[in-house]
Amino acid sequence: MSAALDIRGLTKEYVRGKPVLRNLDLSIGAEGITAIIGPSGTGKSTLLRCINRLVEPTKGEIRLTGAGGSIDIAKLRGRGLRLARRRIGMVFQEYNLVERLSVMENVLCGRLGYVPLWRAWLRKYPEQDIARAFALLDAVGLPEHATRRADALSGGQRQRVGIARALMQRPDLLLADEPTSSLDPRTSVEVLEMLTKLAAAEGVPVIINIHNVALAKRYAKRIVGMHEGAIIFDGPPEALQDDHLRRIYGGEDWL
Amino acid sequence: MSDATLPAPRRTPFAPEWGMRVLGLLLIAYLIYASTQLDLGLGRFITGLGEGGRFLARMFPPNFERWELLLEGMIESIQIAVLATVGGIILSLPLGLMAARNLSPWWVSGPVRAFIAVCRSLHYVIVAILFVKALGFGALAGVAALIVASVGFVAKLFAEAVEEISMKQVEAVRSTGASGMAVLLYGVLPQVASRFVGFGLYQLDSNLRNSTLVGVVGAGGIGGTLFAAFKRFDYDFVSAILITIIGLILLAELVSGRIRAAMQ
Repeated sequence: MSAALDIRGLTKEYVRGKPVLRNLDLSIGAEGITAIIGPSGTGKSTLLRCINRLVEPTKGEIRLTGAGGSIDIAKLRGRGLRLARRRIGMVFQEYNLVERLSVMENVLCGRLGYVPLWRAWLRKYPEQDIARAFALLDAVGLPEHATRRADALSGGQRQRVGIARALMQRPDLLLADEPTSSLDPRTSVEVLEMLTKLAAAEGVPVIINIHNVALAKRYAKRIVGMHEGAIIFDGPPEALQDDHLRRIYGGEDWL
Repeated sequence: MSDATLPAPRRTPFAPEWGMRVLGLLLIAYLIYASTQLDLGLGRFITGLGEGGRFLARMFPPNFERWELLLEGMIESIQIAVLATVGGIILSLPLGLMAARNLSPWWVSGPVRAFIAVCRSLHYVIVAILFVKALGFGALAGVAALIVASVGFVAKLFAEAVEEISMKQVEAVRSTGASGMAVLLYGVLPQVASRFVGFGLYQLDSNLRNSTLVGVVGAGGIGGTLFAAFKRFDYDFVSAILITIIGLILLAELVSGRIRAAMQ
C-alpha cells in the first residue's frame, strides 16, 4: 500500500463561484501524523469533513485505500457511504461526546457501523467489542470511568474518550479536527502524545488540523500549510521556515 | 473653549413606540364593546349570585350513597386516560421525530407538522363528539379523542425538544458509519429522553382531567354520570363526584411529582 488517502482535484463551494477548497491534491501515506496548518477560514475543517462526507464535496476524487479495499468516497451514497465512514475515525474540537450516555456507551458508538441495530439498542455488544473498549479506556488512562456519564468528565478526559471512540472503529484513517483547541497547554500535549502513541501502535495514519504550529512541528512527521483553500507548503517539519509561515498566515508582525 | 455654550439639543434615549400605544387603545376599546354586547352588566351578575347561593346550598352535604356508580365511572375514566396517554405517546414518538426540522427533510416535516397542528386545533370535547358520531357511544370514542389530543400536545413539544438538541453529538455518531436508526438511538434519543418522559407524565396528568369530561358528550367515563346527575338536579351527588375528581387529580399530581423528582 503506497497511500492510505489520495485526494485529486477536490473543490468545495458552499456558495456557487466562491470555492473554499480550490482544486486540491493531497496524498497521505499509510502511517504517521500529517498536520494541516493555516489561518481560520482557510478550509482545513472543510477538507477534513469532505473526507468523511460530513460536508459534500463539489468536485474531485477522494480515494481511500486500506484493509477494506480501495474506494472513491466522493461518489458513495447510502450504505456504501456508511461502510466507508466506519473505516474513518474522527476526533472533534469540542469532543462531541453524547453527553447523556456513559463513557462506555460513547466508546461503543465506534462499533455502531458494525453491529446490528438490536444489539446496539439492547447494549448486547459482542464480547470482543466490550473487551476492546475496556482495553482502549485503559490505554487512554480512564480505566475507572466506564460507567460515568460523559457530561461528568473534564475536557481532557472527554477528548480521551473521543480518541477511544474513534479507535474503536478500527479505522484505516484517523481525522482530528482541532483536537486540542479547547484544552489547556499541558492537557493539549498529553492528548497529542496519547493520540500519536495509540495511532502508531494501531498503525493508523492521522490527519490533524491544528492551530498551534509548535505542537504541529513537535508531533507531525509532515506538515501541510494551507492558504485560501490551496496547499502552499508540504514537507517535513524541519523544512518549515518563517518565510513559509508568512505566506501561510499572511503578515509578519506576529512572528 | 468658552463656558457660554449653546444648550445641547435634547437627545431621546428611547424611541417612542407609537404602534404599541395604538394597539393598547384598540384593545381597551374592544373590551368595552365586547362586554356591552354580551350583557355582562353588574345587575346580571348580582342576580346570578343569588342563583349560585341556592345551587351551592343544595350541593351540601355531598351524597355518596350511589358510590358504586361513582366508582364504576371513575375506573372507566382512569382507564380511558391511561390508554389514551400510552397510545398518544407511542404515536408521538415517530411523529415528533418526523416533524423536527433539523432531522427530517422539509417535505416530511411540513406535512407532519400540519397533521399535528390539526390534532391541536380542535378542542378534545369537539373531537370526542366527532368520534361519538363516528364510532358510537362509549369509552372507545373517549380514548380515540384523547389520543388525538395527546398527539397534538406531546408530538409538538417533542419535535421542539428534538430541534434544540446539539447537532455536534449527532454528527459524531453519524461519522462512525452508524445507520439512520442507530444515529437516532445513540445521537438523538439520549438527548431528549428525559424531557420526553416529562411530557408523557404531564399528558397523563391532563388526560386524567380531560377523561372526566368526555363522558358529558357520551364518550365514556365519569362525565356521563356527572351530566346525568346535573340533569336530574341531584346536586348532592354532583358534589360527591366533583370531590372524587379533585381527589384523583391531586393524587395524580402527587405521584407524577414523585416520579419527576426521582428522574432528576
